[in-house]
Amino acid sequence: MKTFPIGGIHPSDNKQYSKGAAIERFPLPKVVVIPLAQHIGAPAVACVAKGDKVLAGQVIGTAGGFVSSNIHSSVSGTVTAVDAKADAQGLMKPCVTIAVEGDEWVEGVDLSDTLIKNINLEAKDIVAKVTEMGIVGMGGATFPTHVKLSVPPGKKAECLIINAVECEPYLTADYRVMLEKGEELLVGARILAKAIGVDKIYIGVENNKPDAIAALKKLAATYVEIEVVPLKMRYPQGGEKQLIAAVTGRQVPSGGLPIDVGAVVQNVGTALAVYEAVMKNKPLVERVVTVTGSTLASPKNLLVRVGTPMSELIEYCGGLEGVGKVVAGGPMMGRAVSNIDAPVTKGTSGVLLIPTAESLRQKPDTCIRCAKCVEACPMGLEPYLLSKMSKKEMYDECESHNIADCIECGCCTFSCPAYLPLLDWLRIGKGEVMKRMRARAAAKK
Amino acid sequence: MSTQKLVISPAPHVHGSNDTRRMMGDVLIALLPALVVSVLAYGWQAFIVTAFSVACCVLTEWFIQKFMLKGPATLGNLSAVVTGVLLAFNLPANIPLGLIAIGAVVAIGIGKMTFGGLGKNPFNPALVGRVFLLIAFPVAMTTFPEAAGAVSGATPLAVAKEALKTGTPVSEVMQNIDLAAMSLGMKSGSLGEISALALLLGFVWLLVRRVISWHIPVVVLGTMALISGIAWVSAPEQYMSPLFHLLSGGAVLGAVFMATDYVTSPMTTKGAVIYAIGIGMITMFVRLWGAYPEGMSFAILIMNSVVPLLDKYIRPKRFGVVKSKK
Repeated sequence: MKTFPIGGIHPSDNKQYSKGAAIERFPLPKVVVIPLAQHIGAPAVACVAKGDKVLAGQVIGTAGGFVSSNIHSSVSGTVTAVDAKADAQGLMKPCVTIAVEGDEWVEGVDLSDTLIKNINLEAKDIVAKVTEMGIVGMGGATFPTHVKLSVPPGKKAECLIINAVECEPYLTADYRVMLEKGEELLVGARILAKAIGVDKIYIGVENNKPDAIAALKKLAATYVEIEVVPLKMRYPQGGEKQLIAAVTGRQVPSGGLPIDVGAVVQNVGTALAVYEAVMKNKPLVERVVTVTGSTLASPKNLLVRVGTPMSELIEYCGGLEGVGKVVAGGPMMGRAVSNIDAPVTKGTSGVLLIPTAESLRQKPDTCIRCAKCVEACPMGLEPYLLSKMSKKEMYDECESHNIADCIECGCCTFSCPAYLPLLDWLRIGKGEVMKRMRARAAAKK
Repeated sequence: MSTQKLVISPAPHVHGSNDTRRMMGDVLIALLPALVVSVLAYGWQAFIVTAFSVACCVLTEWFIQKFMLKGPATLGNLSAVVTGVLLAFNLPANIPLGLIAIGAVVAIGIGKMTFGGLGKNPFNPALVGRVFLLIAFPVAMTTFPEAAGAVSGATPLAVAKEALKTGTPVSEVMQNIDLAAMSLGMKSGSLGEISALALLLGFVWLLVRRVISWHIPVVVLGTMALISGIAWVSAPEQYMSPLFHLLSGGAVLGAVFMATDYVTSPMTTKGAVIYAIGIGMITMFVRLWGAYPEGMSFAILIMNSVVPLLDKYIRPKRFGVVKSKK
């Protein structure tokens, strides 16, 4: 069975908590707080003011540049504030606050479940639609999708890869979408393929989801261009570079982009959002969020309107009893949340509750040179060495030892028997090196 | 608004089940079969030597950390216990306890703590202790008690070396050697090295628990087999067979437990293979043409000194630097 070539780890997948829970529509909250920056790139610019009445699906923030994204209201109601609110990490970010009144949508949005299969739009119209509807990568990185679909001149896309790996432990949102919205997902994938002009679609799924593989294979039988590729379970297979290598055998060159090997990768949630945007005229205003953890009474996969406070989801699934840490996303790459009243955004794939006993890190010991971190690194780096260099601020050495290749997957810290915070130091070193590389590039111009 | 206090830390938020103490514990478990064979062969004396060596190593480390460094003692990671067992395994079962104490102080004090303790020492501490004793007390270190089932008190390696030097043909030497019995531990030697089979059982445990990879042991023994094989094929009456070399002396103990010491072996697989080839070659050169009957300890210590160089120049295979097949 296929997998990526170097490194990787096998964390317990812990998907048992929520994998059986069918997607459930979360009740409308009373108030939503919609951040204007839910994507990588420039924040959107608010185009509503306090006191305005808005409908669900209405644009409330327009993209602040090419690498940016439109923001739509996820509810109908009255704008009560356009100001800075604390995000999940407690940083103040521009947001639009809306008091919910009823559930009225803008005209033209098709909220029915009727499946539409025929793709009538041309490539450039698809990209325009995706841009208009504010679609971003929903795997967590939230890169604006229309940018990824605009293949730069001189490059040629050869295949589309749907990232259905969901290699983060605990998360089951994509898994449930594959089981329950498989048809829509496949149509979404075909729309994406048409947008970039390729006739080959791979769907990479790990073999810990045999039912999803079987379901998608059955549905894909009617489309010759779609191939479901089962992958051997291994973290970080959902990393873009790892997934491309696992599926096609091609390695994105160091410092390069997926398009350099002819691949465009899109996540399951994104493909579904693209289907809804193009076929149903529905902007990205809600998403499936896995709310899970061993302490929860009833872990769930919830269809949540963007802007809903995470605390309401947690309350809905059983509350904070015995919880020491809340993570937005999965346990390997998700970010710890200090403000649980912060809203769900386009990139929130999960809300993970970690029991108090597992929340604190173990005390670091001394490096015994066991080389487990070198073995685990999927980029073929030497984390033990890079972390020491970074600690000593030897940034030139960090750069020559390719710290910029680090994908911050956390395999090194996970494997370290001495509990050393390897990735913490690598992040610091990588940040500094990237800053220097950008400064050099700017000076050249 | 919740007032519950939450922990904030960067990802990852989960950790593997592996830690230093567990890995050291696995090494100790892997050493158990060899200890059992040793007790069967030499009686409780073997156990006493091992226990005393462990006690001396642990005490030395504790004393240095507590009273000389005035810092916390880190005996909980079990590394001093492993050094103690490995030192004992490299000693004759009838060695005076006083010499063990000296060996332990040299191993832990000079071999390990001088450099900054666990993870910092360039040379395998147990071997530093052993080689110090071998050079300082050559007679005590090479006089072995008669093991149950063994033919003489001298090790097969020493017997063969002496005999071959005086021109005795291999076939005659082999009349007194039963390779099958040797592999079970019915021979003379340092207390932990006598049964290749028991040590290989430990090797399997280390592989199953993913404490070490197969590379270093297999390449060390493979290189030894290759060199002794070439010598043996070219002059079968002058050189002992590869099987004899693999089953005798510290070959398996060294390859599986000493050469694989994390701290003193390379960080990359490629580096580890080069290091292992070096150990196999030096061991065989000493055995075939050197003054000592056994060369494993020297080989490992010499290759330990090459490790920083290997780590500096041999880098792991990186992702995204191979030419993609277009």
